[in-house]
Formats: sequence, structure tokens, C-alpha cells
Amino acid sequence: MQLTKDIYMEMIGHCLSGLPDEACGLLVGTYGEDEASHIFVTKNAAASAMVYEIDPKEMLAVDRQAQDLGADIMGVFHSHTHTDAYPSPTDVAQALDPGWHYVLVSLRDTQPVVRSYTIVDGVITEEPVIAPGVGEPEVSR
Amino acid sequence: MAVEVRLPTVLRTHAGGASSVQLTGATLGDVLAKLVAEYPGLAGQVVQDDGSLHKFVNIYVNDDDVRYLQGLDTPVPDGAEISILPAVAGG
Repeated sequence: MQLTKDIYMEMIGHCLSGLPDEACGLLVGTYGEDEASHIFVTKNAAASAMVYEIDPKEMLAVDRQAQDLGADIMGVFHSHTHTDAYPSPTDVAQALDPGWHYVLVSLRDTQPVVRSYTIVDGVITEEPVIAPGVGEPEVSR
Repeated sequence: MAVEVRLPTVLRTHAGGASSVQLTGATLGDVLAKLVAEYPGLAGQVVQDDGSLHKFVNIYVNDDDVRYLQGLDTPVPDGAEISILPAVAGG
């Protein structure tokens, strides 16, 4: 899963600002490929620390914006506030699209942990998260 | 009534890769029946065998969620965009 630094930072910021609840959003790019070109943060319609639900109205709006960009929704991210960045049984049961990337952001520790997976017929496969510039020291001038 | 049905990525493999399909029908139910007639692989994916909408999809006629209209009996105006979208959730 390739994310730009801006997308990565917006995702982390949205997850932190959603505390104490889980936060979520959608990744847009070419379906079936690995590179997200845009991020759309959404409300957690479930407003819960245990579960998330992308607001259906926002889903429609993001789908239309993706269409205008000549792209598709190709993944979803959400936070786990007190557990690992690993899909829960609920995540697996509700992972419908074998072509999507499922990105988990764990806020359990001081440093957020980001990991990404594909979930196909209930089988979880981790994939590397590539975000150039993230975690590298700023160059002083 | 001629309408455009937008398919979510997860269902496109059952529709020859198409992202949208042009169909006709007076109600949403008519349109979805024609969709399945054209692409039998979509049977049971949107409308369940008991005739209810699948719980993992949300369907919009233009900007309105059909669950808050008349479900499959919702009339579809000419030129309407019908969007079938996955319900995205987890824990």
C-alpha cells in the first residue's frame, strides 16, 4: 500500500482527532492497484470506540468525487484505539471487496502504528505500507 | 424510464468489468431484475432470495437512500442515477 506523506499524515491526524472513538475514511486511486492518490476522511456513523461505520451519505459523495477524478474507492482505513493494527473478526466478516486495501491505524501506543492488509474470502494477508518521507528527519536548512 | 446503474468495484467482476450499466424500468425492483437478467452472476448480491435488499449494500436513487423511500418499489425517474454502494463497517 503506497501512501503519500500528506495522505499518511492526514490519516493519522484524523484518527487522533477522532479519539476516544474509532475514526475512518476512504482511499481513492486505481482499483486493484497499490497506490492511493487521494484520501477522504469520513465520520464514524457508529460514533463508537469499538466499531466503525462509514456514513452511507458520505460514501455516496466520495464515490462521486472518485468518479470525477477518473478513479475509484480502492481502500478504507480505520483506527483501533486500544488494540493492535490487525483486522478484528468484525473487520474480516465485513470486508467485502477482495480488491480493496484495509488499512489499520493503532493508537494503543504513543506512536501510531499503521499496517495494511488485503482480506479475500476471510483470509488476511499483510502488505507493506510504503509512505516516502514519513518517519525521516526533516532536513534543516 | 432509462436509468444508469453504478456498480461498486466488488460487483464489477460479475458484470464483465462494467462500472455502470444503462437499463430501463419503472421501479428500482424492475431495474434490478433486468440487471440480474443481463448479468446472472449478480443474483443474490444486491437483492436477496427473499426479495429484501442485501444488508451489505446501500442503494441510492439520485441522492436518496431507497431504504427511506419505498425500497424496491421506489419509482425511478427518467435519467436517474442509481448507485449501488457497499456498506463499509468493521470493528
